[in-house]
Amino acid sequence: MSTLEVSPAERLSGQPERPAINEFSIQVATVNGSGSQTANSVLMRAIFQMGIPVSGKNMFPSNIAGLPTWFTIRTSARGYIGRRKEVDFLVAMNPETAREDVMQLGAGAAVVYDEPLKLDALRSDLHFYPVPFDKLVAPVCPEPRLRKLVRNMIYDGVLARILSIEMDEVHKALEKQFGKKKAKAAELNWNAARAGYDFAAATFTKTDPFRVERMNATAGKIIIDGNAACALGAMFAGVTVVTWYPITPSTSLVESLMGYMRRFRHDPESGKANYAIVQAEDELASIGMAIGAGWAGARSMTATAGPGVSLMSEFIGLGYYADIPAVIYDVERVGPSTGLPTRTQQGDILSNAILSHGDTRHPMFFPSSPEECFSLSIEAFDFAEKFQTPVFVMTDLDLGMNNWMSDPFAYPEKPIARGKVLTAEDIGKLGGFARYRDVDGDGVGYRTLPGTRHPAAAYFTRGSGHNDKAQYTEREDDYINNMDRLAHKFEVMRQHVPEPVTAIREDARIGLVAVGTSDYAVRECCDQLRDEYGVAASYMRLKAYPFTEHLKDFIRRHERVYVVDQNRDGQLLGLMRLEFDAELIAKLRSVRYYGGLPLDARTVTDEVVGQEGL
Amino acid sequence: MTPQAKKVNRLGLEVLNYRGSKTTLCAGCGHNAISERIVECFYELGVDPMGVAKFSGIGCSSKSPAYFLGLSHGFNGVHGRMPAIATGALLANRTLMGLGVTGDGDTASIGIGQFMHLVRRNMPLIYIIEDNGVYGLTKGQFSATADVGSKLKTGAPNDLPPFDCCALALKWGATFVARSFSGDKKQLQAIIKTAIARGAYMKEHEEPLQELDFVPFFEDISVEIPEGEVREIEMHDGSRLRLRKLDRYYDPTDRLSALSALEEAEKNHEVLTGVLYVNTAKPTFLEVLNMAEEPLATLPESKLRPSPAALNEIMEELR
Ligand SMILES: Cc1ncc(C[n+]2csc(CCOP(=O)(O)OP(=O)(O)O)c2C)c(N)n1
Ligand code: SF4
Ligand SMILES: [Mg+2]
Repeated sequence: MSTLEVSPAERLSGQPERPAINEFSIQVATVNGSGSQTANSVLMRAIFQMGIPVSGKNMFPSNIAGLPTWFTIRTSARGYIGRRKEVDFLVAMNPETAREDVMQLGAGAAVVYDEPLKLDALRSDLHFYPVPFDKLVAPVCPEPRLRKLVRNMIYDGVLARILSIEMDEVHKALEKQFGKKKAKAAELNWNAARAGYDFAAATFTKTDPFRVERMNATAGKIIIDGNAACALGAMFAGVTVVTWYPITPSTSLVESLMGYMRRFRHDPESGKANYAIVQAEDELASIGMAIGAGWAGARSMTATAGPGVSLMSEFIGLGYYADIPAVIYDVERVGPSTGLPTRTQQGDILSNAILSHGDTRHPMFFPSSPEECFSLSIEAFDFAEKFQTPVFVMTDLDLGMNNWMSDPFAYPEKPIARGKVLTAEDIGKLGGFARYRDVDGDGVGYRTLPGTRHPAAAYFTRGSGHNDKAQYTEREDDYINNMDRLAHKFEVMRQHVPEPVTAIREDARIGLVAVGTSDYAVRECCDQLRDEYGVAASYMRLKAYPFTEHLKDFIRRHERVYVVDQNRDGQLLGLMRLEFDAELIAKLRSVRYYGGLPLDARTVTDEVVGQEGL
Repeated sequence: MTPQAKKVNRLGLEVLNYRGSKTTLCAGCGHNAISERIVECFYELGVDPMGVAKFSGIGCSSKSPAYFLGLSHGFNGVHGRMPAIATGALLANRTLMGLGVTGDGDTASIGIGQFMHLVRRNMPLIYIIEDNGVYGLTKGQFSATADVGSKLKTGAPNDLPPFDCCALALKWGATFVARSFSGDKKQLQAIIKTAIARGAYMKEHEEPLQELDFVPFFEDISVEIPEGEVREIEMHDGSRLRLRKLDRYYDPTDRLSALSALEEAEKNHEVLTGVLYVNTAKPTFLEVLNMAEEPLATLPESKLRPSPAALNEIMEELR
């Protein structure tokens, strides 16, 4: 076996300097269903445990087994955890894609590959490390049928050796992954990792510049995916009725919620569930149940993605028009239609804002991190009941399904707010009530829950025309009054939605605006503009729709504002166009990416630089 | 519980307290007759209207919940999807007695899937299909329960065979299936009362069905149509409906005989009425979910939000 595939000194001279220590990205190319997930998360976790900021992104196909999958790990001492397009270190395990994967690498990248693939013949400007995976796996895994599952752990060991990842941390990560109950499996995997490590130690002389070095930037942090974080948010928000219909990428939100609710929301004495989770027959039913439950006083939610939201539209219009609370998680994926079910996009922003026929407006919250998935979920449930309306929590596949490092979540400070609900005693004192009368001037009427034992408590909810007493009407003035009340309510929401996060550079003439997962790319982009082009850019990340005054102020103070959208048509920008006057609109520019992968900083920077003529 | 001289029921409520707003449906519409029966039954049985929640879809029939039980909360939702709303509301508050009213268009076409799954889950909901064979509100198109060969006002015939919602409900596992004719006051009353009592039965788990003595099964129903006999009834539009009443020897706890009785009637172009099937053994969805007895809607914060220690425990696992 050859010990050295390339001679870097000669072949790599003249290459631009590449990031090397704690500042590079690894891509593992495998086949869906080959059990690479364990190896990949152990790898990510081991680096995380060494105190190095890290992110992991899974690019997987919409099938169960057999299609190509890529997992990208980015280490960044500077703390950039958005996607980086360039791959520095490739692990080529998939014969189908290996050629293309190698050809796409920049010069100076390194490749660990399955030896029979003979990839070293393809390029002369890369560092190659061939590994005979099948030969190595046989002795550590006597049982042939398990070999496929542990084979991938070998590259963890190889990478640990080449990249200086501490094997102790690999071991700990494995134990974490398998828990105490699956000690056998952990051991099997550990042996495979060791075999890889030993092989690499005995065989390779390191020629590439990439390695990790222990830091202290992740102490106290957790690793969690956005869907689980939303689930925790919903549980601590006190959700009681959860309805859903499986759809990628939202499925794991409800599945992790089920797990947590089983543990923490059963009555300790009776053992009974203080909640109901229903897998409905479709999204028409799941949203109907959520609306029915919200009407009857539950904290209700459903979770879905674009195709589900499309089906839900009629009911969400009813929720708007009849003032009924519900929380709808939309974990966005690539549309239209079935689109790319396992790729990410912010493609539902515009349609959700005005979902359903007639004049409607719906509040949307945009978490950008697991922490915000948690905290904004709690706010969303309070908001829905306070304003008696459906609220969207908008995340995307990137946030929802990928693992992120995060600060631990803070326990909610405020008690649960249930909004304006009158009890039988209240009605007794008041002598009656009018369901849709705007008593407080905020557009929100008082409601009663079915089952309230007072003869004046009942009212009749309908999606047809109703006056302030909830009576059927087709009168022009009643209709207009009600629609104006709803419009006013939406204006009041503006004062109560979570405020944007703003980073103003005093000398900036341009600004960027983004929501959700675009945050990582845009923050890095601002640094690139500063460091590479000497351009100062301010940044505002919106956490919610309706937009607040802050956004208008931000646009006013800059000459040009780039609105970053992960969709083709500039939907976030489109929403601004619907509301703002011409003077503000004239300042808006659009940066769009819609290829389905998590947004990367370079794409944003190049676009801004191009439009600015820098 | 029978009305005394003061004309109040066992809760001291008058029949007036069970009425709703004035109907806006056509005079003589069968839907109105059913609303009347609902008022009488809830009044006579002394059901607390403030513990009832009414649900409906869209259609003339679905408008009717506004015209009865004015002291009950009501929800007139979207076309064909009343089952979802009712399911959500009853999950939120399991102590409510749910009463759903729908039409044949609302249930047998746009809402057939939701109806099916409602039945499959065995949600404790009284579900009344006011079946007139047409889409009333959109002015007379055929519904999926219209008889083959029946004609529209324009003379266009219906080419497709009808669904029998009772047979379908039986197949899907419904635990109480009955059919009546809106004009058959006594039988309809008896059936609605049985449904109410059954709702109560499902909640209380106390009395076995045979002891529900205030709801005579078939004894009282012999005025318009003697048991076991066929009678033709002329509808307002001139069409004829052949009804056969189940006789007192019919065993409504046997699903197979219920299905074959329906099959038999269909062959003879008759519509079978009466209580077709009762099953008290099957657990309701609320039981399947192992839900708390108190309404979820009004659980206190201490039962809704886990403790800081719980959050710490979870965070620790994720480190
Ligand atoms: C989504 C949707 N599609 C169509 C309609 C129009 N529509 C209103 S009522 C109705 C049919 C109602 O028929 P049925 O349930 O039999 O009620 P009936 O009026 O006969 O009592 C239709 C199609 C609607 N309201 N919503
Ligand atoms: S149109 Fe038909 S269904 Fe509607 S109210 Fe009139 S008679 Fe009844
Ligand atoms: Mg009809």
